[in-house]
Amino acid sequence: METEKNDILIDVRGLKKSFDGQDVLTGIDMSIRRGDIVCVIGPSGSGKSTFLRCLNCMEDPDEGQIIFDNVDLADMKVDINEHRRHMGMVFQHFNLFNNKTVIENIMLAPVYTGCQNYRRENHKLFTPGNVKKEITEKAREKALELLARIGLEDKADVYPSTLSGGQKQRVAIVRSLAMDPKVILFDEPTSALDPEMVGEVLDLMKDLAGSGMTMIVVTHEMGFAREVSNRVLFMADGTIGEDAPPENFFNSPENPRLKEFLSKVL
Amino acid sequence: MSGFDKKVDNFLRVFLNSGGYKMVLTGLKNTLIISVLGLLIGIVIGTLIAAVKVMPKYKTLPKVLNAICTFYVELFRGTPMVVQLLIFYYVLLPLIGMKMTGVQVAIWVFGLNSGAYISEMMRGGIQSVDPGQLEAGRAVGLSFATSMRLIVIPQAIKNILPTLGNEFIALIKETSVVSFVGAADLYVAFNYIGSNSYEFMVPYLAMAIIYIVLVLIISLCIRIMEKNLAKSDRRK
Ligand SMILES: Nc1ncnc2c1ncn2[C@@H]1O[C@H](COP(=O)(O)OP(=O)(O)OP(=O)(O)O)[C@@H](O)[C@H]1O
Ligand SMILES: [Mg+2]
Repeated sequence: METEKNDILIDVRGLKKSFDGQDVLTGIDMSIRRGDIVCVIGPSGSGKSTFLRCLNCMEDPDEGQIIFDNVDLADMKVDINEHRRHMGMVFQHFNLFNNKTVIENIMLAPVYTGCQNYRRENHKLFTPGNVKKEITEKAREKALELLARIGLEDKADVYPSTLSGGQKQRVAIVRSLAMDPKVILFDEPTSALDPEMVGEVLDLMKDLAGSGMTMIVVTHEMGFAREVSNRVLFMADGTIGEDAPPENFFNSPENPRLKEFLSKVL
Repeated sequence: MSGFDKKVDNFLRVFLNSGGYKMVLTGLKNTLIISVLGLLIGIVIGTLIAAVKVMPKYKTLPKVLNAICTFYVELFRGTPMVVQLLIFYYVLLPLIGMKMTGVQVAIWVFGLNSGAYISEMMRGGIQSVDPGQLEAGRAVGLSFATSMRLIVIPQAIKNILPTLGNEFIALIKETSVVSFVGAADLYVAFNYIGSNSYEFMVPYLAMAIIYIVLVLIISLCIRIMEKNLAKSDRRK
């Protein structure tokens, strides 16, 4: 496939990150195209989470560039909050806002940023009540649509603590969808789930993948990687040891560390 | 008639006929105003300080703010409340050429003072909130301040509500020193009754009882609130 320049959504160049003198990422160059479903696999402690969290600068890279939609996020001068709105993130432990109901979880960021954008565009200090109401109504409509999509409309007004793990994670996924992100980053989205709930979350992710969402998924679910992704990355020794379509990745791996890893996990 | 009964009679005479009850009511009102407003100011100041203390600190501004907050907390925790009242009233106000009533001074000093203590409670409260909550806020593009305000601090306040209740009780008890700056509190009221009946035993006993009853009522409120919170945790 020929890739045009504007096909690239995220371009990672020379990314390095260390914690207290321990080099975790030692120079990563790779790019992610729109519509890519990339799975990231590797041994524990190899830096998968760190890599993912550098992409939206939840960890600030020590060196290198993260070019997202032609803007270098690693540049400390960019308004990172502005760009993070276009990058969803889904966590291993869901991290739903405990003090908000399910629907408030989904509406919070859209309403807040909607009002903030209005204030910025109109040079206002406060959002007028009727504008806020309109923004809130729109967000509520959309949130209800999203909840319907995952069959949890009846849970709109409950607090997250009453949901099962699988329900929490599905709500967390649609919470990130509510901002219409260009990419969603997943950090082991099914690792904290009871086995019987893994399926419902993976199904939703497959559904998303089918709708053309760009996704980067750190996972131990080899089946998901093999079936759904179009690229699989192997993370080892602070760098990307293999970057290949799933058929090649699983059937004819080249990296010796990957061969060893696969022989253990498959 | 036994001695004690006579003392009670004397007390009641001044309390009822010489305007003693009015002074007690004023004292009670001032005690509540000073402690409630002081607590509210303290919560605002304490929350701001705590937010500064948990801010990531690789930039200069947070470092400077942090140093200022540390100084503030040490200053107010390192001096007795009476000294703070006196300094505020007799040194600070004349210096900046401002006039305030004793009650106003007491409200501000109580607020500033409890802000220092509440900041430590609030910091603990914030640290007891799962860091994932802040991360999730940042990940959807909310700033540090907004994530704190909308997500972390409400949960932190809920965590420390019982401790805040104790701080309120402490404030109520400490109002007994505000007469140093001329605020009419319960001490002033009962002292007046004592002076006018030449008899201090009953007035001071009555004062103690009022303080105890106040504190018991508040403790009860806190207990009820805690129970409701626990319930909502389970049901929600
Ligand atoms: N905030 C941090 N402070 C210090 N060290 C960290 C931090 N985050 C990660 N590390 C270290 O960096 C290394 C890589 O961690 P990372 O979480 O990226 O690995 P991982 O591949 O996601 O592992 P796992 O499969 O266990 O989630 C580990 O040695 C970890 O201890
Ligand atoms: Mg990880």
